[in-house]
Amino acid sequence: VKHLLGIEGLSREAIVEILDLAGSLKEVLSRPIKKVPALRGKSVVTLFFEASTRTRVSFEVAAKVLSADTTSIAAQASSVTKGETLLDTVRNLEAMRPDVLVIRHSASGAPHLVARHVGCSVVNAGDGFHEHPTQALLDAFTLRERWGKLEGKTVAIVGDIQHSRVARSNLLCLRALGVRTRVCGPPTLIPRGIEQYGCAPTFSLREALEGADAAMMLRIQNERLEGPLFPGAREYARTYGLDARTVQWLPPHALVMHPGPINRGVELSPEVADGERSVILDQVENGVAVRMAVLVKLLEATQTEVPAR
Amino acid sequence: MARDIFVALDAEAIERATRRLAAEVIERNRGAEGLALVGVRRGGDVLVRRIAAQVEKIEGRRPEVGSVDIGLYRDDAFRGLNAPKIGPTEIRFKLDDRVVVLVDDVLYTGRTVRAAIDCLLDFGRPRRVELLVLVDRGGRELPIRADYVGATVEAGPERNIEVRWVENGAVRDEAVVRERGP
Repeated sequence: VKHLLGIEGLSREAIVEILDLAGSLKEVLSRPIKKVPALRGKSVVTLFFEASTRTRVSFEVAAKVLSADTTSIAAQASSVTKGETLLDTVRNLEAMRPDVLVIRHSASGAPHLVARHVGCSVVNAGDGFHEHPTQALLDAFTLRERWGKLEGKTVAIVGDIQHSRVARSNLLCLRALGVRTRVCGPPTLIPRGIEQYGCAPTFSLREALEGADAAMMLRIQNERLEGPLFPGAREYARTYGLDARTVQWLPPHALVMHPGPINRGVELSPEVADGERSVILDQVENGVAVRMAVLVKLLEATQTEVPAR
Repeated sequence: MARDIFVALDAEAIERATRRLAAEVIERNRGAEGLALVGVRRGGDVLVRRIAAQVEKIEGRRPEVGSVDIGLYRDDAFRGLNAPKIGPTEIRFKLDDRVVVLVDDVLYTGRTVRAAIDCLLDFGRPRRVELLVLVDRGGRELPIRADYVGATVEAGPERNIEVRWVENGAVRDEAVVRERGP
């Protein structure tokens, strides 16, 4: 594949190949010299139209460990603020010959539009309410690393399902890998027809957590908390937050995940976020390995043979 | 379809070569102390374990054993050639001031060895790096030579040498000259 625009359309085999490769590449991060020459001379541009630290830095570290050059553009500090359109921006960037363009945009489908207009590989680092494929891949990697195998496990995804690209990508990815999924949140935030993703919806946190092998807590966006779809921060925390009381509903072996950044005291209480079941920092570490694997896969796929030197 | 042309080394020849190679490593290094054997994946995987077992039999001390995967160090990566799966590199001991013997099944152009050396040096600064191969088939494209050679085999440019091991599911150990496959 030339682009990674979403989990949708990826076969189980393609996903497993990325996870396997990430498993091999993770070792590089623990070496005294954390750099291999695999992508020497390649350039990776990250173009973020939305705030991000983790994802952007993770892509940059991944590219640098593989010896690619990185350029990072934050839309707030670019000519986008002067009114340049998305396509003009990327066409201009493309004229500088990047090999991979990593893009985050608040509009669903923006990376797909860009991919149709540029020659380089495009990676979706989050588009609107649509998809965040590398997050789902790193979540699956983290679970597989802990469990050995994924088939037959159950994961509960809790929070604002309606507006979550993390939830959507994870539902697609986990289903492809044979994991049962449940989604849970306030009725206003569970979209109608979510069952088409093969998940079991519930409005009861207890029902979602009992018997689950992992709870994936989604970030609740502050601006939405005060909006009409939410009961308010305190009530949300009491009804759908994971804290010392509600975490007891999970089986003792179950893991707690969060894509970050955490709203401490809303969807996760500090003692759970920093507790023994939490694999949140593993997720961050694995994110680098998974993004390395994605970059290697995309560049492997796009290069054609050059004449012998 | 690629097919076998002739058997260059049969199981007995491989067994004898392995014993001799292990003895040579010990002789040159005056024992097995501080010795590390590192297999080049995946061709060297089995051979490195065989050599380590022989060294242990002779010296009563098992050398450190590791493996390197050269997938991230290839000079032809991303040139549209057949890219083998990248596997894990495992070096769980300090390389500094050790003698490291790189182990591979077949030595040909030397490009794999170059990549393996580069990978090794990212883990530390060995006192010396040596090269052990079961089969040297000539055809070098880089100034690299082996310190320990099991056998020299003339195969010709349009042919491959494949080393098969029972550990990998083969009926018997053998090194076979084959027509280059499609």
